[in-house]
Amino acid sequence: MNELQLKVLELLKEDARRDAELIATMLDVPAEDVKQAITDLEKDHIIVKYATVVNWSKVDDEKVTALIEVQITPERGRGFEGIAERIYLYPEVKSVYLMSGAYDLLVEVEGKNLKEVASFVSNKLSPIDAVLSTKTFFILKKYKQDGIIFEEHEGDHRLMVSP
Amino acid sequence: MIKDEQKESFASGQRQSMADYLSPLVRGIKPSGIRRFFDLVSSRKDVITLGVGEPDFVTPWHVREAAVYSLETGKTQYTSNAGMPELRGAIGQYLNDQFAVEYNPADEIVVTVGGSEAIDLALRALIAPGDEIMIPEPCYISYSPITALSGGKPVGIETYARDGFKLKADSLQAAITPRSKVLILCYPSNPTGGIMTYEDWLPIAKVVEENDLIVISDEIYAELTYGTRHVSFAAMPGMKDRTILVSGFSKAFAMTGWRMGYACGHSDLIAAMLKIHQYTVMCAPIMAQYAALEALQHGLEEKDRMVEAYNQRRRLVVKGLCDIGLTCHEPQGAFYAFPSVVSTGLSSERFAQRLLDEANVAAVPGDVFGLGGEGHLRCSYATSVTNLTEALDRIGQFVYKLKQEG
Ligand SMILES: Cc1ncc(COP(=O)(O)O)c(C=O)c1O
Repeated sequence: MNELQLKVLELLKEDARRDAELIATMLDVPAEDVKQAITDLEKDHIIVKYATVVNWSKVDDEKVTALIEVQITPERGRGFEGIAERIYLYPEVKSVYLMSGAYDLLVEVEGKNLKEVASFVSNKLSPIDAVLSTKTFFILKKYKQDGIIFEEHEGDHRLMVSP
Repeated sequence: MIKDEQKESFASGQRQSMADYLSPLVRGIKPSGIRRFFDLVSSRKDVITLGVGEPDFVTPWHVREAAVYSLETGKTQYTSNAGMPELRGAIGQYLNDQFAVEYNPADEIVVTVGGSEAIDLALRALIAPGDEIMIPEPCYISYSPITALSGGKPVGIETYARDGFKLKADSLQAAITPRSKVLILCYPSNPTGGIMTYEDWLPIAKVVEENDLIVISDEIYAELTYGTRHVSFAAMPGMKDRTILVSGFSKAFAMTGWRMGYACGHSDLIAAMLKIHQYTVMCAPIMAQYAALEALQHGLEEKDRMVEAYNQRRRLVVKGLCDIGLTCHEPQGAFYAFPSVVSTGLSSERFAQRLLDEANVAAVPGDVFGLGGEGHLRCSYATSVTNLTEALDRIGQFVYKLKQEG
């Protein structure tokens, strides 16, 4: 990863809609270089996707998200990889992390309602042989995600004109 | 309270209005052009403003938290007049690390209520009635009124876009009279974004030396330079004792509302300023001093991130303005671009007024900043990239429309 790529990543992370021309101006480099950097980052799967951060609670009050702590017996030779994959391939699973500490995987699951999530845990997750135990925590409110504050209250309080 | 006999004389017509009671020095001060423009802008909605002279960043949380903690632990008292020793020590260390100027925290640094107070103290400490204070313009709007209030005579020195609004030794020399005493410097400059390099300073230092001038160097934008490192005038050979260095936390640390500034200089000068300071404000607020200390101790990385963000926006604005046809010297400091609007055939004021009315963009007309400001527009890029992009679009359409009108 070179310095330009890193800077491009930072600017796209702030706002994925910035185009190469704008980024090139902001960094004072040729637009061609920025385009190349973006192409390379995409090819290397460093830029994985351009997605939108949505505050779903404003769209659908019923929707629920849970964080599930999962204890697992690792498989000989493959460790946690195989089990993790069996779990993350479910579309209702939004993220999966391998953790240090008292449990092994942290799984984020989204469902239309409480029942749907509960049923995922009892019918899909727990029955997996290697899964020893699960602990489910429902998220009540999201304040901040990926560095983005959902209900920004520190708006611009400056005077419109000042010396 | 108006005394009875004064009331009588008021009633009997010797004084026409309450204003007649005012000091002629105060009455002589013109209302600020910025204030007038502010009133215009404030009555409107959906304006994108490039008129703001302060960072768009909120003070970093760790700094705010330090102030909250200071309150929780009962830090609600006066501090020593010059400011908390720890803070003065940190300021001394910081100035030495960043700009290679050395001040003894014991008697060469005073913590003030914003850089604003430091400017006031310095001018009041130095000016005797009739002294001439030389002020390169266009410049920050407080120097001239405070000079006048202190009984001094402001002498503007015009600087030019073709020089990047740098002060030139011959212009300075030409302004000197037997009454010349103080030179006020403000680089990086509000409103032009101009800076002075070591080579630019050399001939100025020579004139200062030869004419035995004292310099008030307002370096409040010192950290905000792009591509070159700021050179403090106090760091020039032989200039330290002739210079009162004024700075503060407002700009680089995004702390305008805290009112934290400081002045550094020869202990005799600082002692004199401290005398005024102790009778007028006692000391700067203690919780703000704790916040400033935190900013110096743990806020430098955050500061660098903000500077980088300003730099990116600066490039965007300068290119945008030039593409529109509003020629713009490259501002290398602060967070202002100062393009020329002369090609449109409109005066600064007319341009700013119509830009506001017809395109809903606010920017400050250059003439309010004194000599050499007419024909320019101060555009602050301390606002989000999204706002800047939209503002440039609107300015572009507006200028295009002006051209169609012919
Ligand atoms: C050049 C300059 N000096 C001094 C000040 C005063 O800053 P403060 O009193 O907030 O430190 C400003 C603020 O706009 C400025 O632009």
